[in-house]
Amino acid sequence: MQELDTVGQGSVRVTRISEKLVILEKDLATEQMVLAMGPQHPSTHGVLKLECLTDGEVITEAIPVLGYLHRCFEKCCENIDYPAVVPYTDRLDYLAGMNSEFAYALAVEKLLDIEIPRRAEFIRVIMAELNRIASHLVAIGTYGIDLGAFTPFLFCFRDREIILGLLEWASGARMLYNYIWIGGLACDVPADFLKRVREFITYFRPKAVELQELLTGNEIFVKRTYGVGIMPADVAINYGWSGPMLRGSGVKWDLRRNDPYSVYPEIDFKVVVPDGKHSVIGDCLSRHIVRAVEMEESLKIIEQCIDKIPSSEGFNSRSAIPKRIRPKAGEVYSRAENPRGELGFYIESDGKSTKPIRCKARSSCFVNLSAMKDLSKGQLIPDLVAIIGSIDIVLGEVDR
Amino acid sequence: MSTTALSQFSMPFLMGNGLNSWSEALVGFNLLGLPLGLIILAAIPLVFIALYSLTYGVYGERKISAFMQDRLGPMEVGKWGILQTLADILKLIQKEDIVPTSADKFLFVIGPGILFVGSFLAYAVLPFSPAFIGASLNVGLYYAIAIVAIEVVGILAAGWGSNNKWSLYGAIRSVAQIVSYEIPAAIALLCGAMMAGTLDMQQINVLQSGAYGFAHFFLFQSPIAWLPFLIYFIASLAEVNRAPFDIPEAESELVAGYFTEYSGMKFAVIFLAEYGSMFMVSAIISVVFLGGWNSPLPNLGSFALNDWTNGPVWGAFWMIMKGFFFIFIQMWLRWTLPRLRVDQLMYLCWKVLTPFAFISFVLTAIWEIYVP
Amino acid sequence: MEEGKVVSQSVQESAAAYSIIQERFGDAVSAFNANETMPFLEVVDTDRWVEIALFMRDHAKLKFNYMACLTGVDYPADEKVGIICNFESLALLNHKIAVKLKCVRKNGSLPSVACVWHTANWHEREAYDLFGITFTGHPEMKRILCPDDWEGYPLLKDYKVQEKYHGIKVPY
Repeated sequence: MQELDTVGQGSVRVTRISEKLVILEKDLATEQMVLAMGPQHPSTHGVLKLECLTDGEVITEAIPVLGYLHRCFEKCCENIDYPAVVPYTDRLDYLAGMNSEFAYALAVEKLLDIEIPRRAEFIRVIMAELNRIASHLVAIGTYGIDLGAFTPFLFCFRDREIILGLLEWASGARMLYNYIWIGGLACDVPADFLKRVREFITYFRPKAVELQELLTGNEIFVKRTYGVGIMPADVAINYGWSGPMLRGSGVKWDLRRNDPYSVYPEIDFKVVVPDGKHSVIGDCLSRHIVRAVEMEESLKIIEQCIDKIPSSEGFNSRSAIPKRIRPKAGEVYSRAENPRGELGFYIESDGKSTKPIRCKARSSCFVNLSAMKDLSKGQLIPDLVAIIGSIDIVLGEVDR
Repeated sequence: MSTTALSQFSMPFLMGNGLNSWSEALVGFNLLGLPLGLIILAAIPLVFIALYSLTYGVYGERKISAFMQDRLGPMEVGKWGILQTLADILKLIQKEDIVPTSADKFLFVIGPGILFVGSFLAYAVLPFSPAFIGASLNVGLYYAIAIVAIEVVGILAAGWGSNNKWSLYGAIRSVAQIVSYEIPAAIALLCGAMMAGTLDMQQINVLQSGAYGFAHFFLFQSPIAWLPFLIYFIASLAEVNRAPFDIPEAESELVAGYFTEYSGMKFAVIFLAEYGSMFMVSAIISVVFLGGWNSPLPNLGSFALNDWTNGPVWGAFWMIMKGFFFIFIQMWLRWTLPRLRVDQLMYLCWKVLTPFAFISFVLTAIWEIYVP
Repeated sequence: MEEGKVVSQSVQESAAAYSIIQERFGDAVSAFNANETMPFLEVVDTDRWVEIALFMRDHAKLKFNYMACLTGVDYPADEKVGIICNFESLALLNHKIAVKLKCVRKNGSLPSVACVWHTANWHEREAYDLFGITFTGHPEMKRILCPDDWEGYPLLKDYKVQEKYHGIKVPY
């Protein structure tokens, strides 16, 4: 990896199509047009606003404007008890609620220094990975829509529906679960749950292949994403990218492997990085491929978890939950691998209160999106859409 | 070639079976000195467009896309959602007819009109049946290619008049796209015209009739004809702004392109124009390459399938079915393929389709001269 | 460490990294706090923060190339606000450390490290937005989550929400 030497270095090397499209008529009076893309725009994935300065179809500058979905998560946390924060974390990354809860529970457990039952750990991992697949399905499906392919989106939602059904069965909610509690789980999984998950895996494997044939097997899709929005690895790290975005840039970095938590050390899975044969490392296609292959890895993780999970005999999902959650004075920064990258929680406790003094959510989307300004320079409007799609933002997490 | 080329098995009670006999009868129909027949003549394609876009265009496309996407589509209004279109129309009629305050009102209002007229005018030369054609021009094909260009004016008027940046982008993209793609499309059609030796749409059809059905179609007459056929099909997708060339209305980039600001009946008219053009290009490709109203069935010994399935009424059936077949393919592509980028679209037109169109033009000429 | 209890390996690594920083900058940094959950050091001389940051990023044995998080914190008891940065040497040396900086509560300012880690750019804007810490040398010091004309800094402990925003009643 290349070294960053001076202050201010690290601008992005992008494919500049603009150079081919420079206006030939030098004498023609031209001016740049300000184009407000969003907050209500079909492909900004929520209420993101991009203030674009455009020269014809070419973006000279695109500045993200955030805050349309700001719900004062951090201020709320300072006014409620530790366990009451859990439902709020669902609403951060609403496409991967289980993962957000998991990350928050890990942080508080680290502060409390408690062990949770082994079966609960496995159920957490199964839930998190199921949710990861569901989240990646949305990411891949909406990415198809961004590029104009409508059908893969509905295929994705059909399969995601099954996962949501499973999660609803276990937790009672489709998206905002409040299932993973500090010190355990809200309840054990239903009796046949693991069997159904296995059935889902056998059902989903061929469907994932079919999905890839529709997208990465499509020439137009590849043309639209190949070499677009390239992010070199060193700049990606400097920008603080994480998750599939960072792996798309070729950095083999996965918190489940590199900073393992829960039962991930016992599980065998591959950290997916693009091989550079099918895509330029760091482009939109790489990021897409990483997500697609990661779904397969998640399936493997779930399978192993089902094999290893202890039986439910004598299992009480709430046995390790403290009667009163009041951590001793201290602070913690703990993170977990979310579908969108590193979701970290900084929590500070004063040792007296049952409410956190400070609870900060380090949002992966927020950080990933901050590279938008550099990535979009000199791109065409359709490429801008492709880049936003590949960043896979969830505005709930960006704005918090 | 004349009326004698037509089958004698057609239904004689339907005003004879002479070429253009129905339309000529209509032209001669005067009521109280008013040329009522001419109005009916013009109204028939109009009614056809309206009916077909309501049934096949709206309901059909919804159902087809639904089945491709593993879902059911409209199911609520009526059995299998059959009345969905009716509900849609009611909704569109009830909607307030909004003209944005900052819009150029004249252009905004006239845009959809021009757009529709552009696609509708081409119906004048579409031979719907051996006995029916709006205007049997001897330069019919040329007219059809030329008149489509009027649509560009409508799109530009709608996009510019909306005074919306997305509409402007859509309009500019659309103009660039349609004007570019007319070149390969026209050259590809010229190959067909060269094989026929005439620009008269009816004559092109007549030249493709025969006892062996599909074997007489230009597409099967020469192996080279496949090239202009494919080129025209791809170019026609771009001309009517269908996927994968729907960049003027790319909903994920430009919200809705040039009709972002339209609602209510104006929106419906734009859609009607789109469905009108879809059938128009499908009809042209079937006339030039696939025999138009000729039955594709061959005579097999004593089973004179071709003779039985030809005639004015059968002709209309085949013509519409061939058109619908191509529309089905357009829909199929739309729900399968992602969208090309603007520069890739132009690349495809100027660096792939246009050179190949010229090549096929030369090859067809050589074939016509040296192969009997 | 001082209590003689067994410390985990990650804390030892952090301590080793700290000693390199301490060696170079001496009194500019505080003593190392080797707690298990988040070992940290505090930069006492905040004016040297950019220098320290560059050193941390580029020194061959530190290589903190990844800023995981930048959190603003309010310390009303000390009349101070501060930031906490979590660093990591991603994919290189794999050690972590946290750095704390504090400044006065009213119109306090800290040097910006947005030019060292791009991550800091938006996070510092967020800290400014929610705590009112001005970061000197930041390329674009303005609010990020709240509207530009919002009054007050919401995450301060004594924050009172404004009554009206553009004629809209705010507290409900």
